Amino acid sequence: MPTAPGTPSQTSGPYSGLGLPFPGGGDLVPAGHPGAVALHGLVLDGEGAPVPGALLEFWQPGPDGSRAGAPGSLRRDGLTFTGFARVATRGDGHYVLRTLLPGGVPYVSVCLHVRGLQRHLFTRAYFSEPSDDPLLAAVPEERRGTLLAVPEKRGAGGCPVYRFDVRLRGEGETVFLTV
Amino acid sequence: MTAPFDTAPAPYGGIPQRRPQHPPVPLLSDPDAVELTGPVFGIADVGPYDSDLTRQHPGEPIGERITVRGCVTDRHGRPVRGQLVELWQANAAGRYAHPADRHPAPLDPNFTGAGRCLTDDEGRYRFTTIRPGAYPQDDRSSVWRPAHLHFSLFGTAFAQRLVTQMYFPGDPLLAHDAIARTVPDPAARERLIASYDPALNVPGHALGYRWDIVLGGPAATWTEGEH
Ligand SMILES: [Fe+3]
Repeated sequence: MPTAPGTPSQTSGPYSGLGLPFPGGGDLVPAGHPGAVALHGLVLDGEGAPVPGALLEFWQPGPDGSRAGAPGSLRRDGLTFTGFARVATRGDGHYVLRTLLPGGVPYVSVCLHVRGLQRHLFTRAYFSEPSDDPLLAAVPEERRGTLLAVPEKRGAGGCPVYRFDVRLRGEGETVFLTV
Repeated sequence: MTAPFDTAPAPYGGIPQRRPQHPPVPLLSDPDAVELTGPVFGIADVGPYDSDLTRQHPGEPIGERITVRGCVTDRHGRPVRGQLVELWQANAAGRYAHPADRHPAPLDPNFTGAGRCLTDDEGRYRFTTIRPGAYPQDDRSSVWRPAHLHFSLFGTAFAQRLVTQMYFPGDPLLAHDAIARTVPDPAARERLIASYDPALNVPGHALGYRWDIVLGGPAATWTEGEH
């Protein structure tokens, strides 16, 4: 089949906060939901400085493994698991996602929009490290750790907490993907 | 086919310390990748005035009213149906209703500059808004950015995600714009420029522009700008 060239990407710029974030964007499930886990961390630049206003988008299967998703991410009803979340880093470069562990795969997909880059970056946050995962197998061992969400001590109400920092450049640079 | 990381022209704001140095790892060999599916959106996600940015406040915003319409397709020409299109922009004076925008041009109490819509069954989207003003790149700059609309799109796969900017035809500032020139190929850059289409005018109300969007990916995403 003939293919048309794609529309090029342009930077999201400094004001994406006007158009893209929405209330409750980082809460795929409400606080206190049974089975909820928190994924949180910093977005850091090549000098280790936190990046405020970076936008992280998450896409993942439901706990039952369904990849069908559901409408309503932008105006959440508190009941439906939509599979899509969007959250901006605060002034200190920190973000928090509240979600359920994905079914069928050990990871959530991450799309990161940062001012100053012409296009977004894809990566993944893995909650475990299966030996037969095709992506982990394709990544040099010394960089694999950048894809792993690290369990921390439990949060409020016993909620499991995972740490996932994104380093855009330099020492410990996160593995980014061509998808 | 190489990632234009360190070889890319100076990006917006010039932030080299944010550009990764390692080439991205291709996911081509994983047919089970979650990125081959994507989120879905529906009428629950959009409000009645989300696609008409001139009607989000009690009064009329200042500026030239325009309508922007087009089709969203994949690289095989298939319409992308029922997907979310998001828009954000400066007001007619070139000021964003965003706390970080310190450009001393007036805010418009009747204009926020953020919109959303869903594509229809033929992949078409439609916004009514005002033409944004040009604005200086930063406080002290004598370089002005051409008028532009920021767009965000989803396809049927997360891998088709696109964030980009739409420009207006005949804008003399475009040739001087470092952001537009981050797309080195002039033919690819042309695809960011809408066309004026009198057939799309809303008589007595708004000028009509057409801008069609082609989503790349999966696995097409790093070839853009080279055809
Ligand atoms: Fe802008």
